[in-house]
Amino acid sequence: MSALTSNQTEIIVPEGLPIIEIKREFDAPVDRLFRAWVDQDLFAQWIGPRGIGTRIDSWDCSTGGRYRYTNTEGDEEYAFYGSFHEVRENERIVQTFTYEGFPDGVALEIMTFESLPDGRSRVHSVSVGESVEGRDAMVASGMETGVVEGYQKLDELLAR
Amino acid sequence: MADQLSRVFQALADPTRRDMVARLASTDATVGELAAPYDVSLQAVSKHLKVLEEAGLVSRSRDAQRRPVHLEAEVFDLMTKWIERYQREAEERFQRLDALLARMDDDENDRPDEEGAVS
Repeated sequence: MSALTSNQTEIIVPEGLPIIEIKREFDAPVDRLFRAWVDQDLFAQWIGPRGIGTRIDSWDCSTGGRYRYTNTEGDEEYAFYGSFHEVRENERIVQTFTYEGFPDGVALEIMTFESLPDGRSRVHSVSVGESVEGRDAMVASGMETGVVEGYQKLDELLAR
Repeated sequence: MADQLSRVFQALADPTRRDMVARLASTDATVGELAAPYDVSLQAVSKHLKVLEEAGLVSRSRDAQRRPVHLEAEVFDLMTKWIERYQREAEERFQRLDALLARMDDDENDRPDEEGAVS
């Protein structure tokens, strides 16, 4: 596939609202895109982050189901879990998302899948958090491994 | 460590403080100048400034007599960098998904035997 870089990820972080919005198109039909999201073996292959293993601890991707997965990097483990509120084939996934390192934080994620002409598709994700601070902290941490690095940089900055 | 970060986010959670920060982005200002548009006491504005100062978002020069408030813009560069990194990580994740989707396509095309046909 030569067109891997043509689909830009659009991220909207509105000021003053606890929302992160993501839009992305894919050179694949919507049913295949949806399968990559709901099949645990496929999901584990791309959710990342890069170079870090994803272990699926539990996975019931259906309305009323739940999930938990762990990213491992050396001795460090980062686990995430949530409930699947609604899974509607090829159309919509509504789920909660919590990073266990910040157990009081929870986001509601609404993902809409859409078929596009020429065998292409689009996903639109809206993540709604509890507070703007929590949202900002999530962006700051990248929800992933960058959190420590971010804090260290901030420490250096604040120490000056 | 987390306390420092929380302090920045908490400082910016208040709309009056966000407004003060926005005004300081264009130019330094004294406490009196900052207080002018608001229907609050100088003391209240000073309190807001103290929160911003403790978060490292603003500083006040010690020597000048006006003691103007100065925005430490680097803190916001950091936020911008975080958003950029968040974007980059999302983009990397979706490129992995692109590659996976392409592999799934190959897998489907590799199963013509079920149809009894060879491509």
